[in-house]
Amino acid sequence: MTSAVTKRRTLSRYLAFLIPVAAVVAALLVGAIMLLALGANPLEGFRELVKGAFGSKDALISTALKATPLLFVGVGITIAFRANVINIGGEGQMVAGGLLATVTALALPDLSAWIMLPGVLLAGLIGGAIWGAVPGALKAYFGVNEILSTIMLNVVAVQLMNFLLRGPLIDPGEIERGTRIPQTERLQEGADLPLLFGDGRFHIGPLVAILAAVAAYILLWRTPLGYRLRAVGLNPDASKYAGIPVKRTIMLALTFSGAMAGLAGAVLVFGSESHRMVTDGSTAGFTGSAGFNGIVAALFGGLHPLWTIPASFLFGGLLVGGNAMQRAVQVPSALILALNGLVVVFVVATDRYRKRMLARDVRVDAPEPLAPSSGSPPTDGAEPPLEEDTS
Amino acid sequence: MKKNLKIWLIVMLAFALFAAACGDDATTGEAEPFRIAIVAPSASNDLAFTQSIVDAVDVIKNEMGNVEVEVTDGTFVVEDAAAAIRAYADDGVDLVIAHGSQYGGSLQEIAPDFPDTSFAWGTAADTFGLPNVFAYEAASDEGGYVMGVMAAALSESAVIGIVGPIEVGDAKLYVDGFAAGAKAQNPAANVLVTYTDSFSDVALASETAQSHAANGADVMSGTAQMVVGAVSVANDAGILWFGTQANQTSLAPSIVVASQVYHWEVVLRDIIGQMDSGTLGGEEFKIDLANGGEVIEYNDAFDLPADVRQLGEDTIAGIKDGSISTGS
Amino acid sequence: MSEFFTTAVLVATAASGIRLAVPLLFASLGETYGQRSGVLNLGVDGIMLLGAFGGYYAVLQTGSVWLGLLIGIVVGLLLGIISAVISVTLRAEQGISGIGIYLFGLGMSDLLFQKLVGTPLPITKFPKLNIPVLSDIPVVGELLFQHSIVVYLAFLAVPISMYIINKTTFGMNIRAVGENPEAADSLGVSVSRVRYGTVIIGGTLAGVAGAALAIDLGIFQQNLTNAQGFIAIALVYFGAWRPLGVMLGSLLYGFVNAIVLQLKTLAIIPPDLSNFAAMAPAIITILALVIVARRFKAPAALTKPYSRGE
Repeated sequence: MTSAVTKRRTLSRYLAFLIPVAAVVAALLVGAIMLLALGANPLEGFRELVKGAFGSKDALISTALKATPLLFVGVGITIAFRANVINIGGEGQMVAGGLLATVTALALPDLSAWIMLPGVLLAGLIGGAIWGAVPGALKAYFGVNEILSTIMLNVVAVQLMNFLLRGPLIDPGEIERGTRIPQTERLQEGADLPLLFGDGRFHIGPLVAILAAVAAYILLWRTPLGYRLRAVGLNPDASKYAGIPVKRTIMLALTFSGAMAGLAGAVLVFGSESHRMVTDGSTAGFTGSAGFNGIVAALFGGLHPLWTIPASFLFGGLLVGGNAMQRAVQVPSALILALNGLVVVFVVATDRYRKRMLARDVRVDAPEPLAPSSGSPPTDGAEPPLEEDTS
Repeated sequence: MKKNLKIWLIVMLAFALFAAACGDDATTGEAEPFRIAIVAPSASNDLAFTQSIVDAVDVIKNEMGNVEVEVTDGTFVVEDAAAAIRAYADDGVDLVIAHGSQYGGSLQEIAPDFPDTSFAWGTAADTFGLPNVFAYEAASDEGGYVMGVMAAALSESAVIGIVGPIEVGDAKLYVDGFAAGAKAQNPAANVLVTYTDSFSDVALASETAQSHAANGADVMSGTAQMVVGAVSVANDAGILWFGTQANQTSLAPSIVVASQVYHWEVVLRDIIGQMDSGTLGGEEFKIDLANGGEVIEYNDAFDLPADVRQLGEDTIAGIKDGSISTGS
Repeated sequence: MSEFFTTAVLVATAASGIRLAVPLLFASLGETYGQRSGVLNLGVDGIMLLGAFGGYYAVLQTGSVWLGLLIGIVVGLLLGIISAVISVTLRAEQGISGIGIYLFGLGMSDLLFQKLVGTPLPITKFPKLNIPVLSDIPVVGELLFQHSIVVYLAFLAVPISMYIINKTTFGMNIRAVGENPEAADSLGVSVSRVRYGTVIIGGTLAGVAGAALAIDLGIFQQNLTNAQGFIAIALVYFGAWRPLGVMLGSLLYGFVNAIVLQLKTLAIIPPDLSNFAAMAPAIITILALVIVARRFKAPAALTKPYSRGE
């Protein structure tokens, strides 16, 4: 009875998923041309890219670790986007979270990991939340556009980081030695992110990020607050008439989004090789541009917290693989950065076709009795009646 | 939902299989080359920090012959640099040069995992007590002092300007040295020091030079890759320039007096020598005027008065034999 | 502190502020067109960087600053077209496509620089133009009328933009499309054509901004713009989507930066506090926006792709 319709549904879903993959491949083809122009072997390059991303246990670990901040930030972005708030302050929020977590670790004496670890992660959450709440409040109560305030606060965050890491928070050893590298001392071991499988690098960060994604999903679709966030995002006027405190909800959206980014910052600090916070003067030196790339990961995941998980993993793999490719064929790192940009552009550019595939999927669904949808994430993340058809 | 998951898994499996199926290439050839890898934070052609190490390794390569050099530049993200250092070590590179002070914390964790690999960390003076980590730094204050002395001698307005990035490490050493030298030569000189708080903001460096010029500076210097902006302004205003880290004559042949050029190869030769005799680390190196690691290279196209040149040479001699202290 | 308040220093600082404002002004003016019609382009910095390299390379090879500016225009135009295709025809998520263009521009400009040029080489700069008579006025003359040509061009673009946006049909269409694309569409205005126009203008001006920056500095380096493109975007919001406001915003940002620099040079700001001084332009911009009465609302259709029949 349902076989023909189900088949088409699967096909549409399948195609919808393949489109970003095809976009990535297209971008990599352009990259291949650039490699050729530089005298490098594209086949070798891409083989190294895939190997470096997924081809060994080490590679998978690197990818998972690289994906972690992307996932955190991406999840935060999906929350904000649901309320129709654009959060490009991820970079600053990561820094703020990392700083508060670092300050917490430095301020507290050596406590057991059971206290320290949740403590610093919570501090990271709060730091990022504050850095998101400020533009949130500015938008809600003063009408200051969040794009302006988040960009400006990114600048403030990096200067604050430089000040603190060169001054009050600097490793006393640096002062002694006179080298004054702007970094903290090795933070207390209690705050080290525990390692999985006893491996040197694979810490629980990715797991915490996955938990955060699940928590976000629950928040958005299983709590009243989540409902309010989505309602405000789809129709602020109707929401207001329905009695939803729009301004406060918008502020909360940015706060949650910032909190996620802050958590990413804390995980970066306490999961890093060096277990300290260090700066080279720029924001991206600490964040690795995860504040921006996380937005892309969120998009790859269709702006849905759960799909952001595989999306972040794949995108993280692309970044890790890109670096591996750089080392293997010895092209300038700048090429990898350009490639990164191309991938983003291509995937974003073809997003409309992906949405169309999914929309086709939804329309096909309508006539037949639906399987209970409570267990599965809604297509493209919105119930059909409220969906703003943007394709 | 399940189908989507299946599709994701299939794709990732496909990737992994593809990757695994492509095995390593077998390397054929004569004697194993000596492999050096550099991980650095800025571009290889920045005419400053990173370029100095890349140039030095090039010199070594030409000297030694059978050397394979791999470079990962532009890696200012510390975690990415850590990954690169680890990857090169894992790949069997003999000497991994971590050319960035901010990489130290990571290196401390990575080095013990690769006891057969030698790591060199610059600019720094700490080897963490590890047997396979060398540290190297520059006594940039020395050349700075010498050029500061010459700057004060050349300056007619007695106003000297220095543009710095962030007040840390090598940059701070240089700026302090230059200022000290200028003051030593002319205690009444007005030495303007401005840190732009960025290693890369060229426009800010340019405006700093403008502001120094407006304050009457007729001789300037600065450090880090953003000084190219300041040099340009100096060129327009006829202000004399002293450079550091690399030879900056090409930027403004009519006003560059001299540059303190880093010759890291002096240190690299020592390090490789030690590696040959079985020591993979544990020593700190410094380039300075005495060991030839720092060389004041004059711009031949610039008409430097003989007495100022002599003053410079005398100061160099004084620093070498210890009679002059730069105060750093 | 008294050393700061001398005429010479104040004038030099103000002139410096004007120079710092120029790339911001070009870029944010361009972005104003796009945003006013409802399109957000976050890739401005990437376009600036490619325009900067293009202009730099052209001047390096030919010695002609005007060719450099032209290349900046061409590069910006091309990238503007690409941005328009992505945002308007393909209706991509605007906040994100721009980031891709930014990363691409950042990497590509650096790559081209490394491969085509190598070690940085200086180039000819824009000629200075002392406006006759006016430049001889004491104080004001040095402040306003002794700049390089590109400065005048930037400020000239402001009244031109005001005219275009407020007094021409095209401008009316821009505003209509930005506020209510459905209504505009029903009145026969081609929404996509208008948006193509504005995004291309935006890209072109961003390319000019980059070329102006590089040629004015007389050099190129990786990440030459140092993320100024994002500041320019923020300034569009600050300027309430009006060319005059955007000009004021650019000047504010430029002046604060110049003042901070001068205060650092004169050691009035101690080195320990220099980070806070560096925050100043950002904080002041936010505060200024909070204080100024918020009578201006964003174009209602900003960031929403349009397609007929919804």
